[in-house]
Amino acid sequence: MSTDAPVKSDVEIGDYKYGFHDSTDYYAFKSRKGLDAEIVSQISGMKNEPQWMREFRLKSLEIFQSRPMPNWGGDMSDLKFDEIYYYMKAASEQGKSWDDVPEDIRRTYDRLGIPEAEKKYLAGVKAQYESEVVYGSLREDLARQGVIFTDTDSALQQHPELFREYFGTVIPPGDNKFAALNSAVWSGGSFIYVPKGVKIDFPLQAYFRINSQNMGQFERTLIIVDEGASVHYVEGCTAPTYSSDSLHSAVVEIIVKRGARCRYTTIQNWSNNVYNLVTKRAMAYGDSLMEWIDGNLGSRLTMKYPAIWLMEPGARGETLSIAFAGHGQHQDAGAKMVHCAPNTSSRIISKSISRGGGRSSYRGLVKVQKDAVNCRSNVVCDALILDPASRSDTYPYIEVEEQNVAIEHEASVSKIAEEQLFYLMSRGLTEAEASAMIVTGFVEPLVRELPMEYAVELNRLIELQMEGSVG
Amino acid sequence: MTSLLRITDLHVSVGDTPILRGVNMEIRQGEVHALMGPNGSGKSTLAYALAGHPNYTVTEGSIEIDGVNVTEMEADGRARLGMFLAFQYPVVIPGVKVADFLRHAVSNIRNPERKEGEGLIGMREFRKEIKDRMTELGMDQEFARRYLNDGFSGGEKKRMEILQLAMLQPRFAILDETDSGLDSDAVRVVSEGLARLSGPQMGVLIITHHERLLEFNPPQFVHVMLGGRIVETGSAALAHELHANGYADIRARHPAAAAENAPAEATPV
Repeated sequence: MSTDAPVKSDVEIGDYKYGFHDSTDYYAFKSRKGLDAEIVSQISGMKNEPQWMREFRLKSLEIFQSRPMPNWGGDMSDLKFDEIYYYMKAASEQGKSWDDVPEDIRRTYDRLGIPEAEKKYLAGVKAQYESEVVYGSLREDLARQGVIFTDTDSALQQHPELFREYFGTVIPPGDNKFAALNSAVWSGGSFIYVPKGVKIDFPLQAYFRINSQNMGQFERTLIIVDEGASVHYVEGCTAPTYSSDSLHSAVVEIIVKRGARCRYTTIQNWSNNVYNLVTKRAMAYGDSLMEWIDGNLGSRLTMKYPAIWLMEPGARGETLSIAFAGHGQHQDAGAKMVHCAPNTSSRIISKSISRGGGRSSYRGLVKVQKDAVNCRSNVVCDALILDPASRSDTYPYIEVEEQNVAIEHEASVSKIAEEQLFYLMSRGLTEAEASAMIVTGFVEPLVRELPMEYAVELNRLIELQMEGSVG
Repeated sequence: MTSLLRITDLHVSVGDTPILRGVNMEIRQGEVHALMGPNGSGKSTLAYALAGHPNYTVTEGSIEIDGVNVTEMEADGRARLGMFLAFQYPVVIPGVKVADFLRHAVSNIRNPERKEGEGLIGMREFRKEIKDRMTELGMDQEFARRYLNDGFSGGEKKRMEILQLAMLQPRFAILDETDSGLDSDAVRVVSEGLARLSGPQMGVLIITHHERLLEFNPPQFVHVMLGGRIVETGSAALAHELHANGYADIRARHPAAAAENAPAEATPV
């Protein structure tokens, strides 16, 4: 990354730029607070879903209610499931053009820069506001080639067979408590199908926006990349700053078939009152490549470990994870790689930055199943701690049931070295400029993997996080 | 007006350990000074204290640049007033490209009033300049795109320090054992580079054990440090004498300072 742009931006110190919100008075529908079978049935009814989906939801609710809260990861004692709105619909219809989107909502996306980005460098866009997708587009030539990029609710109606073949197969409701919750109340999210051999040159992007206080957002994303096809999907997320908490609990399922490629990039920048508890998993088949690029900024607590199951020989999995934990934030993030077949390889690169009393944890799993010989896995975790009040932990789990494998794990923790600061300052850089430069350099190997526009955006977000970090 | 760096009765401690015990020195623009002395005498401590390292506490005395007391000033403020330290152990900054770093540094030094976020020196102008300076120092252009000191050999790191010196054009340059750990070719490149850069606009303080750097950059003043004090100041002849005879005579002439000389120089990790 070049740092042509000035190191500091002109935004106020400590400002979360996306903390604004719109009025909710005009919403088309708002469920009552709390969660029970009636709410779940109501959501399913509103969406005119087939019976099987209603049953799937109700069964998932039972699983959610029967499971204890996880006793590891972050502190969720303030998370009150009864205080959450599980479904809110702001607009009655989904827009095909931005002009169709209600003005308040459209203004929000304008402020987030989405329509502009769409014009410049995206092949398709989905904009989800609260529970429903309010805008969708896909470049015409891709639609002609059979690419499907729609919201997940529409996919259930319009592509019922394709949907049912894959939905819930990668992450079943019983996988974990929050996957069960999502399965019960899911709404929105992206559904992508890329037909055999179709390579999509520009990214498809979804943007998830929470607007209300105590909102629960449960999008459900399903991506199927057929043999020899390729896609890059990007998601961004923001929410207003409120004094009480919101919950974002998504499920993302991906199937990457033989010889296909999928790259999934997340740049999450939730406000400090969002619990972000997400389950993401991909199944990668023969000679395919699955990549997660996971940028976690913001949120009160994030627990997210994108997983790749390497199902057939030659499958490769790669996760680049960056977490930035500021004041009052806990980023418990990492990756999972499960080698189910011989000759599969995986790589995890994790970088975390903690400052202002923030806490970041790397939690990762590398698992090699029996008979998965000749597997290779390489894990590198670097943590940067900017001040004595902040904290970083590493929890690497390695489970190997096969002898003939190569697994490497390296971890390093560095404080912003005084010597680095002094060196840069002795060349005339202020302490703030020097710290920002050191942090930017620290994440550079990861940022360089992003397309230009996202790299710029991520650097800008990091600079914002760094404001007021010294002095 | 000729700029003046004035060091008056400087006492410096690292932690609770006093290292400098009253150093006096005046360096004018255009002068070349050499600072010699055995290990542990406080040479590097003086260099770090002048540049403003936060771990080097001035307990007494002062450092002034043209009458401005910089003793309490942070390193970046001093750099903007024209101070430069070529590090004995240049620091690795992973992920930060040489060109990006230097463009920021040059912008701040040449425009000391520059506020954070204001424009940097023009890219075209900067590129041409760094290219020319690198050519003069016999450096591959590729260096501008590498991460600062990351994976550099000892000689490359020292050359990088001289490149920074060339770009920042300080009024006072302190070279802390810039010739140590280099083979003779590298010493020659660095020595010639310094000789080309120094001139009437630059006051130079060369800290060295060796004579090579001084051959190319003959000093008007040679200071000998022992036990945290300057115990003798003389002409270039003093440097020759020290090279020929070592520090035994100096110790004998200054037994009190010799007794206080620390066993080893305090160097940061």
